[in-house]
Formats: sequence, C-alpha cells, structure tokens
Amino acid sequence: MKIAKDQSLDIQETVPSSTAELLRQLVAHLRQNRTDLREEWARRITQAELLTAMDDEEIFAEATSVYDNYVEALETGTLEALQAYSRNLSERIIPRGVQTDEVVGIVLLLRDVLARSLFAKYQADFNLLNRILDAYEPAANRIANTVAVGFVQERERIIRQQQDAIRELSTPVLQVRERLLILPIIGVMDPQRARQLTEQLLRGIRANRARVVVIDITGVAAIDSHVANHLVQTVEASRLLGATVIVTGLSPEIAQTLVNIGVDLGKMNTVGDLQGGIEEAERLLGYKVVALTEATPQD
Amino acid sequence: MPVPVPILKQSHYLIATIQSALNDADLLRLRDKLVDKVGSLRSKGVIVDVTALDVLDSFASRTVRDLAYMIRLRGAETVIVGIQPEVAFAMVQLGITMEDVATALDLEEGLAYLDRKTQHGKRAL
Repeated sequence: MKIAKDQSLDIQETVPSSTAELLRQLVAHLRQNRTDLREEWARRITQAELLTAMDDEEIFAEATSVYDNYVEALETGTLEALQAYSRNLSERIIPRGVQTDEVVGIVLLLRDVLARSLFAKYQADFNLLNRILDAYEPAANRIANTVAVGFVQERERIIRQQQDAIRELSTPVLQVRERLLILPIIGVMDPQRARQLTEQLLRGIRANRARVVVIDITGVAAIDSHVANHLVQTVEASRLLGATVIVTGLSPEIAQTLVNIGVDLGKMNTVGDLQGGIEEAERLLGYKVVALTEATPQD
Repeated sequence: MPVPVPILKQSHYLIATIQSALNDADLLRLRDKLVDKVGSLRSKGVIVDVTALDVLDSFASRTVRDLAYMIRLRGAETVIVGIQPEVAFAMVQLGITMEDVATALDLEEGLAYLDRKTQHGKRAL
C-alpha cells in the first residue's frame, strides 16, 4: 500500500490513503487517553517550571482546552480554529506575564507526551509506528508553529497598541497667551517620543506664530544623552523658526545628566519651575501682569 | 540657466524671496547681488525668504551666514525667514545651527524684527 507523505494538514485533498485512517486512529487514541495524557502533560509543565505566573488550577484549565483544541486540529486537519484559539489564549495569558519560551515550551511538551504515548501503544509494530508518526509529526509541527506564531503576533499587536496609546498620551502644544506656547511633558521620554514632540512643537510654532515656547519637563524623571541632545536640537530648531525656548522643571537628576553630557548650556535658556518660565516668557513678549485693585462698592 | 531671485525694495529694506531650489552658483550670485544692492540702495535691512525651500544644506547655510556678515559690514541687518519645520529639524540633526544669523517665522515677523533692530518706527506698506 502506497503511503502518501502528507505535508499539509488538508487531508481532504489527498488521494484516500492510509494517512487519513491513521490520523483517525491516532485521534481516537488521544481522545480515549485524554485524562491520563493531560495529567502527564500538566505534570511535565510544572516539572519544567513553565507557566510559573499561573497556579495549578489555571494550568490545568488551560491545559485542558489546549489539549482539546490540539486533538481537534489533528482531527479536522484545519488550522483556523486553532489559530483563533491561539490568539484567544495569548490575549489571556500575555497580561499574566507568560513568555514566548513558555508557550513554545508547553506546546512542545504536549507534542512529546503524545508522541511517547504513541511509541508505547505501537511499540509492537515498528512499521505501523513509523506510519503513524509519518501522519502525526507534520501535523504536530504545524500545530506547534501555529500556536507559537499566534502568540508572538498577539504580543506584537499589544506592543503596537501600547505604543499608540503612549503617543496619544503626549500632551498637545498649548497656547496660553498670544505668541506664547507651553509644552508640558509627562512620563518617559525616549528618542522616538522626543522626536515626535519636536515635530509637534515646530508645527505648533508655525501654526500659532509663537515667539516664545516654554517646555516644562517637571514630569520627566530622567533622560539619557540621546534625549538630552534631542532637547538641545529642539531648542535650536525652534530658534530657526524665530521662537525662543525656555526649559523649566529640570529635576536634579536631569540637571546632573546635562552637565555630565557636556550640553552647551549657553544654548539652553532654563528657569526653575513652570511659573517662573511663564513669567520670563511674558517678560520677553512685553507683557506685564498687574494686580487689579479692588474697589469696594458703597451701599 | 541661472535662476534669478526677485529682490524687492520696501522702504529701507530689501526682500529677497527664493522661489525654488537654488544651486550653489545661484546662491553665490544672490549673495553678491544683495551685498551690492545694500550699498547702492542704502538699505538698512535685508530679509531672505526661504519658505519655498525644502532643503537647506551646509553650503546654503554657510553662504547665508557669509551673506549676513558681509551685509553687516555694509551697514545693514539680515534676517532669514520662512524656514519650514521639516527643514529646521533636518538642519539641527545635521548640526547646522546658523547661530549667528537672525531668523524669524515669516515675512511679517522678519519686518518687525528689522524695525526693532534698526529702530525704524514706521514702515510704509
């Protein structure tokens, strides 16, 4: 009997061969021994110290559904359900802190546990064992691949989502007086965000025809030399658009960083806090803030 | 084919509006023409409008700086206006800062700057 080497899981396409029957036999065996095999797998997971972020009950629950989906993928020969399940699983476990190596690890462990079980069952007939493995291995590899890729893709999707959220957190450029803009920066400054802020600021200077900009970094704990240089560049680029920049709110750490880097402080106009910065800006623009004397009404 | 840059006289000021990319020779020609006219027309200030430029490379910025120095020696102030945000960004990344040259956002700001600098109160529009 000729055995067609089946490289894809789409068994419906192949000439009716023993591969389909073998897979059916295999799936039946896996279903029958579901309880034992699943327990063995969960045991191995714990032994390998994987999924440490989850407790035993959770591991068991997830192991159950992964097992069932795995066997179903073997049975139906299609990956869509598995892909959907894999994405779903990833969505749940990524926030729990589960790592890629753990996910790949547990799927490979399941593959091993099931393979061992096949060895045990078909050990008497080496030829049959080989044929069963011929049917099992490509399918199992495809499954492992699908789950791992699904996990990684989900991680990447989440990272992109978070990056977008961070970008939206960026404070807008605010006009507080005619020709005076404030850019309050809060949170972590990385080179990419710094670049984005600069572009936003330069566009804002042009749109609002600003002559003075106050960049407040009270909310920034620390910066590295890249970001510090970027800050200097922002000041210089703003000047090319005819605006003076005042930087306010430098923390002691940032002040130290700037000195250590050797930033040309002559280029940086700095004031201690935002209030001081705005007052300086108003002065530069020719504003003077005067308290109104209150006239008491005579009744 | 040399690209001419229109130079307008506005009372005591000269306004040179660059309308398209200039090659090195055109830039030098512009520089020399402005330095010449500042003397012949007795101007107190020069505005070079680079709004239309997508790029200001190191040669252009050096020439602009030389232009400003030469014009100052001839008794007038120079201000560069209209540097686009993208151009400014690119320039500072390349380390071209044009520190000694006055810059302003646009023509209106440039004229206001020259008024302050040269203490010319009124300018005819």
